[in-house]
Amino acid sequence: MKVLVPVKRVIDYNVKVRVKGDGSGVDLANVKMSMNPFDEIACEAAIRMKESGAVEEVIAVSIGVKQAQETLRTALAMGCDRAILIVATDDVHTDIEPLAVAKLLKAVVDAEEPGLVICGKQAIDNDMNATGQMLSALLGWSQATFASKIDIDGDHATVKREVDGGMQSIKVKMPAVISVDLRLNEPRYASLPNIMKAKKKPLDEKTPEDYGVDVSPRLEVVKTAEPPERDAGIIVKSVDELLDKLKNEAGVI
Amino acid sequence: MDFALTEEQQAIFDMARRFGAEEIAPHARDWERDGTIPRDLWGKAADLGFGGLYVSEEAGGTGLSRLDATLVFEALSMACPSVAAFLSIHNMCAAMLDRHGSEDLKSRILLPACRMETVLSYCLTEPGAGSDAAALKTRATRTNDGYRVTGTKAFISGAGYSDAYVAMVRTGDDGPRGISSVVIEDGAKGLSFGGLEDKMGWRSQPTRQVQFDDCAVPAANLVGEEGRGFTYAMEGLDGGRLNISACSLGAAQSALDATLAYMAERRAFGKPIAAFQALQFRLADMEIALQSARLFLRQAAWMVDRKHPDATRHAAMAKALVTEAGSRVADQCLQLHGGYGYLADYGIEKIVRDLRVHQILEGTNEIMRLITARGLLAP
Ligand SMILES: Cc1cc2nc3c(=O)[nH]c(=O)nc-3n(C[C@H](O)[C@H](O)[C@H](O)COP(=O)(O)OP(=O)(O)OC[C@H]3O[C@@H](n4cnc5c(N)ncnc54)[C@H](O)[C@@H]3O)c2cc1C
Ligand SMILES: Cc1cc2nc3c(=O)[nH]c(=O)nc-3n(C[C@H](O)[C@H](O)[C@H](O)COP(=O)(O)OP(=O)(O)OC[C@H]3O[C@@H](n4cnc5c(N)ncnc54)[C@H](O)[C@@H]3O)c2cc1C
Repeated sequence: MKVLVPVKRVIDYNVKVRVKGDGSGVDLANVKMSMNPFDEIACEAAIRMKESGAVEEVIAVSIGVKQAQETLRTALAMGCDRAILIVATDDVHTDIEPLAVAKLLKAVVDAEEPGLVICGKQAIDNDMNATGQMLSALLGWSQATFASKIDIDGDHATVKREVDGGMQSIKVKMPAVISVDLRLNEPRYASLPNIMKAKKKPLDEKTPEDYGVDVSPRLEVVKTAEPPERDAGIIVKSVDELLDKLKNEAGVI
Repeated sequence: MDFALTEEQQAIFDMARRFGAEEIAPHARDWERDGTIPRDLWGKAADLGFGGLYVSEEAGGTGLSRLDATLVFEALSMACPSVAAFLSIHNMCAAMLDRHGSEDLKSRILLPACRMETVLSYCLTEPGAGSDAAALKTRATRTNDGYRVTGTKAFISGAGYSDAYVAMVRTGDDGPRGISSVVIEDGAKGLSFGGLEDKMGWRSQPTRQVQFDDCAVPAANLVGEEGRGFTYAMEGLDGGRLNISACSLGAAQSALDATLAYMAERRAFGKPIAAFQALQFRLADMEIALQSARLFLRQAAWMVDRKHPDATRHAAMAKALVTEAGSRVADQCLQLHGGYGYLADYGIEKIVRDLRVHQILEGTNEIMRLITARGLLAP
């Protein structure tokens, strides 16, 4: 079985996010970018399946700017076998929307015929949490989201998922799209020898036109703003005052 | 001329940085308190290829360039310069064995060292021979099956902790040409250690004297040729000086990063202290110092990689420049933290203490100037 792992290049989770002066989005010029942390977990899951012998090949796919090549090299250095880069824009500030990404991924699935897609549950930049679900709908495959544990057994997979009430266990038919949550695994570090080897692994470059997909946006960003500054705390004099404030000012009780 | 890191070099730096942030930084203070670095860290480091950074791949190493290695040390020392520097000494020994060791030494000593199942120490300094290392007196006398070694080495990083000691010993006459390099394994009869030195910094790694008392060393443990040991030791130091500089650089950078964040939050006289121009200029000076140090260090590393005729001098100049810049920056970062900089909780005083010795070991910065001037005045 082949496994496809989509990986996204996003602003590094350690970077302090700054909104552009004109409010059109987050400033990404000269900012450190990394692989979306959930996608690292997806890569790790796929690579472990390969190491256990259940999977023959792991293919990483990224859609976005040409620089996403670095993100794919990271995936290759972790242990993915080859990579496909779909250059869909040359502007680092253009985010390709989930539906367009899902359509492109469907086209890649049609071409590569993997038995499984493992993706991150969401990208930490726009927090859409939509691509995996859309892809499963487009493919007509089962979906299992927010996976904390994955067991594949022949023609079905058992997936433990984190839901508000606790843990839920579901059984889905293969092929499937599985989106992963934070606690599935701890992604490995790419070793120095594997970083060196990654350079020699195949990385194909494509465009949306190659797959006949239109990536023009359907959503319009109206405004991006910094979260409101937190006001300094106050010390209340009595429990009564606290209750009063919680009731009448905060409106939480 | 291209000053940018390649994609791989960036990946190397990022990986080492993350490894340091996750596996070293959270424990650095505990290890300092305990005076030791847990062995299991080395296993994890070796899995990533840190055990033989510039040892050839055939010998079980990673085959990086010296420049690439400085990236690793810069990144790791952002977590803890003491741990990073300890790894540098191990790598310096490993490189000596790779370049000059016999096949037997490579399979017996170097291979497990690259996997960091074993850790190596470097023994050059003696109580009576520091800067003038070629005056060393530890005597190795030939026997039928090797040598008997008698003498004392001082300030040995990892003494009593390491598994093998690469020791420079006198097999011949006075002067550098009478020196050979031998590997002395832990447990050898006649090998013992002095008490733990109580140090200002580098407290997570033990420093002790190493004593050889008629210590038997098999002939197979001679590194390379007899009489060449001093040359090997000095070659090793070119790279060691680059690494130690990188350790100053990374730690100073992390102090500066912490200071920037602190100054944005700390308020005095009604504003964040980052708003005072006098302090902004100091930040600018620190940034200038570190950026120029970084460039100069990478150039020196590039010269060592190319075996440039001036490589030794450039490595020496870089060591003086970068370790002094690093200490100055760390001291200023402490100052900008006010009283809090003096407290262990803020992490800055440890950096000041750890970096201080970088101006002393691997050749003092006076000796770096001696090497530099000698190069200038040579006919
Ligand atoms: C924490 C620590 C760890 C160490 N680890 C190791 C190790 O693992 N292996 C090892 O072999 N060594 C190690 N050393 C030893 C270190 O390399 C020496 O301390 C260093 O080389 C200086 O030698 P010294 O201490 O004898 O000083 P000295 O040589 O006595 O120097 C005293 C002062 O005189 C100056 N000086 C000396 N000669 C000249 C000159 N000709 N011109 C101008 N100034 C001069 C020096 O610069 C210095 O300021 C370590 C030292 C420390 C502190
Ligand atoms: C070991 C120790 C013992 C102490 N003992 C005592 C004690 O017994 N009694 C006591 O009362 N206090 C004591 N102190 C506190 C000490 O006096 C303060 O730490 C010191 O006054 C600095 O204040 P701060 O730490 O709040 O730094 P901050 O005032 O926050 O200063 C941070 C940095 O900003 C700089 N800065 C601030 N304002 C300006 C400005 N306008 N322009 C330019 N630069 C500025 C400072 O110089 C400093 O570099 C002690 C501190 C230590 C570390």
